[in-house]
Order: sequence, then C-alpha cells, then structure tokens
Amino acid sequence: MALAFEEVVKLADLARIDMTDEELTSLASQLDVILDAVAVVSQVAGDDVVPTSHALDITNVFRADEVAASLSVEQVLAMAPDAEDGRIRVPRILGEAS
Amino acid sequence: MNELTQTSARGLAQMIRDGEVSCEEVTQAHLDRIAEVDGDIHAFLFVDGERALASARRVDAKRAAGEPTHELAGVPVALKDAYVYQGTPTTCGSRMLENWYSPYDAAVVERLQGADMIILGKTNLDEFALGSSTETSAFGPTHNPWDLARVPGGSGGGSAAALAGFEAALAIGSDTGGSIRQPAALTGTVGVKPTYGGVSRWGLVATASSLDQPGPCARNALDAALLHQVMGGYDRRDSTSIKAPMPDVVGAARRQDVSGMKIGIVKQFGGEGFAPGVEQRFHEAIELLAQAGAEIEEVSCPSFDLALAAYYLIMPAEVSSNLARFDGMRYGLQAGDDGTRSADQVMRASRRAGFGDEAKRRIILGTYALSAGYYDAYYGSAQKVRTLIIEDFTKAFASVDVLLSPSTPTTAFKIGERVEDPMAMYKADLCTIPVNLAGNAAASFPAGLSPEDGLPVGVQVMAPALADDRLYQVGAVLEAVLEQRWGGPIWAPLTKEDQR
Amino acid sequence: MTYEELMDFDAVMAVYEPVVGLEVHVELNTASKMFCGCSTAFGAAPNSQTCPICLGLPGSLPVINATAVESAVRIGLALNCSIAERCRMARKNYFYPDMTKNFQTSQSDEPLCFNGSVVIELADGESFTIAIERAHMEEDTGKALHVGGATGRIQGAEYSLMDYNRSSVGLIEIVTKPIRGAGERAGEVARAYVTYLRDMIRALGVSDVRMEQGSLRCDVNLSLMPKGSTTLGTRTETKNVNSLRSIEKAVLHEICRQGAILTSGKTVKQETRHWHEDGTYTSPGRSKEHAEDYRYFPEPDLVPVVCPPSWVDELRATIPQAPSLRRAALQAAWGYSPLEMRDVVAAEALDLIEATVAAGCAPQSARKWWMSQLLRQANAREVSLDELPISPQAVAELQNLVDKGILNDNLARTVIEAVLAGEGMPGEIVQARQLGVVNDQATLDEAVAQAIEANPEIADKIRAGKVQAAGALVGAVMKDLGGKADAGVVRELILAKLA
Repeated sequence: MALAFEEVVKLADLARIDMTDEELTSLASQLDVILDAVAVVSQVAGDDVVPTSHALDITNVFRADEVAASLSVEQVLAMAPDAEDGRIRVPRILGEAS
Repeated sequence: MNELTQTSARGLAQMIRDGEVSCEEVTQAHLDRIAEVDGDIHAFLFVDGERALASARRVDAKRAAGEPTHELAGVPVALKDAYVYQGTPTTCGSRMLENWYSPYDAAVVERLQGADMIILGKTNLDEFALGSSTETSAFGPTHNPWDLARVPGGSGGGSAAALAGFEAALAIGSDTGGSIRQPAALTGTVGVKPTYGGVSRWGLVATASSLDQPGPCARNALDAALLHQVMGGYDRRDSTSIKAPMPDVVGAARRQDVSGMKIGIVKQFGGEGFAPGVEQRFHEAIELLAQAGAEIEEVSCPSFDLALAAYYLIMPAEVSSNLARFDGMRYGLQAGDDGTRSADQVMRASRRAGFGDEAKRRIILGTYALSAGYYDAYYGSAQKVRTLIIEDFTKAFASVDVLLSPSTPTTAFKIGERVEDPMAMYKADLCTIPVNLAGNAAASFPAGLSPEDGLPVGVQVMAPALADDRLYQVGAVLEAVLEQRWGGPIWAPLTKEDQR
Repeated sequence: MTYEELMDFDAVMAVYEPVVGLEVHVELNTASKMFCGCSTAFGAAPNSQTCPICLGLPGSLPVINATAVESAVRIGLALNCSIAERCRMARKNYFYPDMTKNFQTSQSDEPLCFNGSVVIELADGESFTIAIERAHMEEDTGKALHVGGATGRIQGAEYSLMDYNRSSVGLIEIVTKPIRGAGERAGEVARAYVTYLRDMIRALGVSDVRMEQGSLRCDVNLSLMPKGSTTLGTRTETKNVNSLRSIEKAVLHEICRQGAILTSGKTVKQETRHWHEDGTYTSPGRSKEHAEDYRYFPEPDLVPVVCPPSWVDELRATIPQAPSLRRAALQAAWGYSPLEMRDVVAAEALDLIEATVAAGCAPQSARKWWMSQLLRQANAREVSLDELPISPQAVAELQNLVDKGILNDNLARTVIEAVLAGEGMPGEIVQARQLGVVNDQATLDEAVAQAIEANPEIADKIRAGKVQAAGALVGAVMKDLGGKADAGVVRELILAKLA
C-alpha cells in the first residue's frame, strides 16, 4: 500500500514535527516499505481472535487516596525553558483547550 | 590493564568482603579502564568518577565499621542512559534531553544504591532506545570491542560494550524488542529480559510501555542472576509490577543442571536469513545441552513469523504517544522561540530539532497505525497477533520447559551498513521480539565465535512468565560446557592491537 | 466582539426542533490526584502541587486512585447507569501546552458507567427524563494564564504562564444522549438537568461541584432539525458555560443563532464556540470540520479496572436519596407549602435557605428574605441568587436583629440594600448608620402626643371606639421618627393614650 504524500503531511502535522517536502517524500517511501512488510497482520487476524493489550493478566491496581510529597516549585521551574511568577512560561497559545 | 576489571562481579564482591581489595581500588580500576578504552568504544555518555569514588569510600567505611553490606556491595555497574538518576543528565541518547537533569531516581537506581553498588555512569543507546545498533544515538555510535568497525547491537549497545570492553563488571539494560539480548549476543555477553512486570519500570524512560522491561547485563550467568535479584521484585509505583515472589534466579544459576529438562527448538528461527556460522554454533549448543542431559525436541510456533510485523506496529504506536511529551514547553530542548511563534509552532520546531530520523520515522509510523480508519487494520490486528503468539508460547510450554533459538540471525554488522535500510535493521530483532509481545522471560548467552567471521554468537533461551530461573539454569550449564570446550570464557580482545 | 445574527426565538421554534447534548465535567474532591499523590487543594501556589507523574516527566508512571474509581462508580449508580464489569483507561492523544504528556488519560470505548437515566423536575413541576450515554474517568489539565494583549484572554496574548497544580486531578465526564422533545423548554431542561447533577453529586459528597471554581464545567451541544424530521442537524459545541443561568441562556442563544443561519439558507458549521459570560454572544473556536484525530488506544501503563457486582452492590447502598427526596424531607422539616417549596426550588434558593436556617434563622423568615426582596434584586441584576453579594449568615443575622426588635421590616430592607452595596454585615451597618428602631419611651411619648394634637378629629374617632382609625396616627408617628420605630409598639401607645 502506497502512502500518499498528503497523508504523510497530515501524519507529521498530527505528530507536531516540522518536516520539509524532501524529508516527507523520503519518509513516505520508507514507510511504504515498512507498511508492506507489516500489512500481513491484517490478513491473519480474524474476528475470532481477542486482541491483547497487556501480556499479563493483572487487574485493579490502585493506590490509596493519600497525599504524598510533591516536587518543590524550584525543582519544577529549574527544568523549564522559561518561567515567571512561579509559572512555566510558554509561547502564546492559539486556539483553545479541548 | 588491571586484572580487577576482568574479575567477575561475584569475585569482586567477595574480594572486597574479604578485605583483599578496597571498593575504592576496584572502582578506580574501572575508571582507569574507561579512560583507557572508552575513547575508542564510546560505551559511556557520562561518567562521574568523583561520585563513584565517593560511593566506593562509603562502602569501604561501612565494611570497616562492620556494618552488613549486600552480596554485590562495591561492584561497579554501568547504567543505560534511559534511566533517570539525579545528579547526572538523562539524555536517552537524544538532543531532546541533552541537558535534562531528573529531579527523581529510577526504581532500579534505588535498588542498586540499596545494594551498595557503585554506579559508574550512563551508557550509550539508540535514541530513546529506538534501534538495533546504537547508531541512532545523537551522541555518536558505540563501537563493538570485538571489532571497532562494527556495531555492538542496540539499543543497549553501550551497556553491552562496557561489559565486553571490561569497563564495568555489570550493567543495566532495558529490553523492548531485544535491546538487552541482541547486544549481548553481538558482544559475547549475557543479557536477560525478565518476565514483564518482574522489574519496576519506574524511572525507565518509556519506549513502548507494554513491551519495555529492565534487565541485567553481565559477563556470566551467575553475575547476571545476582544483579537480577537486586533489580527485581514488586514496586507499587509501577501498575504493571507483579506481586508474586521472585523466582530463585541465583539458585538456578548455581545449580548448573539440565538433566531431564525439556528443551524445545523453535522451528521458525533458522534457515533463510540466518548466517551459517550462527546456525552452526547454535546447533553445537543444542548438542552440548543434550550431552548434559537435556531432552531436545523441535517445536513449531507458526505465529512467530508474524511477530516482527506486529511489533513494528505496536511498538511505534506506543512510541508515538510516549514521545509526545517532548515538546519543548516544560523541559528539554526548545527550538524556534523567537517571541513571534506560537506554542504550537515552537513545539513543531522543537520536535524537528530534538528528534533524529529513526525517532521521527517511528513516531510517524505509530501515528499512522493509531489513526482513525487504520486502527483496526494495523494496531488492532497487531494486538490480535499478540494473542496468537501468546497461544503459541502456551502450547509450546505445555510440552517443553524452555525454548531455544539463535539470539540474532547474524553476528555484529558493520557500522553504517544498515542505516539506510530500516527493514534490514529491524530484522536483527527477529528472534527476540516474540517474548516482548507475550511478556515472558528470555536471555541471550554466549555460544562461541562464528567460524565465518570470528565474532560472538548468542543463543536465546525463552522461559514461561515467572519462570526466569530456568533461563539461568540453562545458561549456566551452557557457559560451563562452552568454557571447557573453548578453554575459558570467550572474551573480547583486551587491547586495541588485538582488535580488528 | 463578533457580530451574530439572531432570529426571534418563537420564529425558530415554529419551524425547528432543538436537540441538546450536555457534557458535564465534574472534578472529584479526592485528597490526591487521579494518578499521583499530589494534593488537589484549591488555591495553592502555582506548580507547588506537582510531581514527576502529573508533570509527565520521562520515566514516571501513573497509578489509579482507588477513591476516584469508587466516586466514579457512585456517580454512575446515582445516574442509574450500568457499571462495566471490566474496563480500561485509554490515551487520548493531542498536543496542547496545558497537557503535560500531550495525551489525556481518559476512557474511550470502554466507559466505567453507561446507559443511565435521570428524571428531572422543571420549575412548574413537570418532569423530564434525561438519558445518560456514559460517565467515564479522566484527568484534568493544567491552567494557562494569558499575558499581554488587552483582555487577558487567549486572543491577542503575547505568551502564557502555566500552572500544573490542576494537572491530573480526577475528573468524571458525564455525557447525555441527545435530548429531544423539550421544544421551547430546551433551555430550562438543560439548566434543570445540570442543577440536578450538581445537587445529586453534592449529596454524594464526591465533588465540590462549584461552577465558579471550575469543579463543575458544562459544554452545551446543540443542533436544530426541521420539525417532524428524524435526521439530526449539524451541531455546535458551546464551551465555557460557567453558571447554571448561562446554560439556559447559551441554549436559547444558540437556537436563535442557528435558526438565523438555517433560515437564510446557509449551513451551520460544526465547531466549538465560546460562551462569553456577559451572556450576549458566543465566538467561534476551533473548527471541527477537520476533527482532531485523537488516536485512542488502551493505556499500556495501567491495567484494567474490574468492578465485581458484589462491590457495586455495596456502593449502591451508599447512594443518598435523589434530590427530589431531599427536597421532600426539607419541605416537611421547614413546614413549607407545596407551592412555597416549588417556588424555592425554581429560584434555586434551596441551598441558600438551608444554610440560612443552619445559621439560626427560622425557615419561614429565611424563605421570606430570599424569595422576596433578594429574588427581586437578583432578577434586576440578572444574576442567580447565589451570585448576590450577600451570605446566608448575613440574612440570618438580619432576622436576628428583627427578632430582637432592633430592626423593623422597613429598616431591615434598608439594611439589605446596604449589605448588597458592600457596606458590611447587618450588625455593622445598623451601628454605622444608627439605624436601630427608637425604643426611648420619652421620644415615643412625645411623638405620639404630637400626632394626637395635630389630628384631633382622628383622636376623637378613636376615643369613640373606632380603633381601626389608629393606623393614620401610627403612620404620622412613623413619619415623624423617620420610620425608626416599631409600628406595633406605637399603635399600643396610641390606643393606651386615647383609651
């Protein structure tokens, strides 16, 4: 199955990675090769097979609702590219949160 | 070169305990060795000699005061740079985290420190453990101590090379599709992927969460078992951690007995694509185990043929999500913030600048596998293949105790040889992947040198979940009979002159 | 300000049937967050309640808060939902600076609670059944403070400052099935439903459900379809609807906006719109024509949640009575007539009266203050009762002053105005303004004597036994004393003098 250029553009957009047209073209052809090799999975897995998301059958792992120590504000801000008034400063946000 | 660096971890710990040598001397010997050879090997990304020596002196003081110390107290260990360790950078081999210092420690780090072990530094890896050669590290490849022109495997090439190059007595790896076992095979060392959930992933930077598992790397089976015992066990911070008691891996390694053990040979792993030299050593290993009293039978696991395909959908899918957090907003590399760009634009620029080609390739591939309209065909189907693989293992382990296969189809390849051909690179993990998908345990042990190229060959032992002890049982026997046959451990050349 | 063409509501209703969907986010009041041990306390210093997990630092792993699951199940049970015996958390992948991992740990096709329904009551007592699609567990995001630009809003900001204290606080998202058949009462129904949710969840004790603090948030989905049609129209999602009153207004507003678009032959754009709290307009947000592909998949760092039926039954036994039962109990305790109670509920005064009674006020007095003068004030200001700047404690204190004879009803009304004007508590205001009634006997006697002297004919009538004429003399005395007297006492005095 060949990936259309526009499709790779959309994927790079979803993944939030800037890429040049040249990079996208080369990526498209690499992905084609990989997808050719992996497409076999859709041919063998029938409806009767239950998908596995966890190899091990563990359920109900919870923690008690108890407050534990947080990091210090200094530790948090020390990692950030920029900070102001105890908050992490980020470039202007377009659009709105979901 | 100081002989201490060639001594086993167990031997070093014994010598320190007996007062024959100080922990500081042992640590210094390894730091000296690193200074001597790591310029060529590049196993380490970061070495903190001062801190290691300070820890060593604390262990010495503890021993002098008569305080109890752990069985592996004072043994120098190398930590794959995918684990967070306060006070050192945690780069994951990526520009994205080049200058990032974690404010917390990994569970594995806590266990090592709790066992009075000496962390020498952080070892090189493929960027975010995405690779099979350590060539995708943003900080340059690691070289195989057997032949500096060749790769040490990956993603944990740094840890394996540090052991093969005698720069550390033990090392920590992480295995998503073979990242511990394949480098072990390519460097003639031991690498173990424990049962999923057997070792806490807390503080291991995630590659593919449902597949990742921390594990021990060593130069012999018993050393690996001792380290496994230190690392393993339940941790409430990891929801996928198993509460069951740890199997007696050390006892199994000491037992050295496979008489009556049923060993299955996986029919699917051999023939086309497998180097004759690899197959030859593998079949010799089977014979030696049979001579040692094991019962050998061939077992068919047809779905293993699909494992690579399923893996290269599930792994990138999880990778695409796990690596989404690296966006230049809260920590790590930020690129392109010139005051005019929006947060979204800066994220895109940061991710462009921070990730290498392989990381980008897998992020995009994983984004595709999960995207609307393709989920069922790709990710959903791959999860079904996972079920088939688990069923094959279950069926096989109903009749045999362990399964055996070559660890990798070939010996170490040349640096640069497969960089342009992702599928060829991915095939290096052909034999190691099924176990990650099924969550059970496996290890690679040395099987001698290939007659074709004189490079190490590894044999993979696979055991059911929570039967990690069987790996060591087989590995220790194989090690003993091979040492008899080869006249001692099969080690990489000690000096540059002897390397090729 | 965006110009929006609006159509007359009745004209829209003549042609179209509105279909409403409500997505309500409830922030749980667990002590710690959904996936880590950081505190959830409101109002802490920015980023002081964060850790590797809620900051999404590399290597960190989530562990589910047991109480959050329990709270979610209890909410589901109170909504008469089925509880999934087994379900998984899923990752919802999208990039946004308030989301530390760039995926939200949520639930996708395996919600914990599903297929529920609740019966709500409208102001006139008519009941309406709302079908619940699902209630699922997820985590909250951090908060952005937008800096620069004129408004402090996101538009025009130069940069933003992030506080991740709220990141990973447990949320329950409750989604209704499309609500049809409400017709012109669609706005009322939406408001009554969210009011019901608020009261019910407050009674469960699992959330503070304070809209003004964001612990209850509502998105309004709305579409119009031609009457008689069965095909749903294109819907919009109005976000940022942060009060009960606004929910109703947002529904009505969107009906009029979409009606204007459809009537002019154009099509409604599928998009999110932002409600502006002044209540006059919405503005377009992200277009959903190219809907974000969230690439949901099961969260591999968490294991499935299994709810054994026996455990669910135990929790079922802890579900408090529905708000309607609570209302019945309060009505009996307070001795209100059915009509009085209905008015109180319709005015959303129940909680306020309950608090006022708890502060020591008699139930009928509490009702009198909230349902007369204060309700008129709220209506005049176009706010809800709980948004008036007067507390239940202040009302109780006011009634106490009346009970003690320090204030009469007229003076009390003056004091209420002063409280609403921000002058302080009633006691302080009486002091500052010297508003207390005149109790000094000499002053009263003198005023009564003057009134009798100034109105000899009326005095004669009273002396002749026409006591009902005393009202005119009382009025004169009260006028003389500037209203600061107890009219009953004055009347007694007058009758005594003229006996």
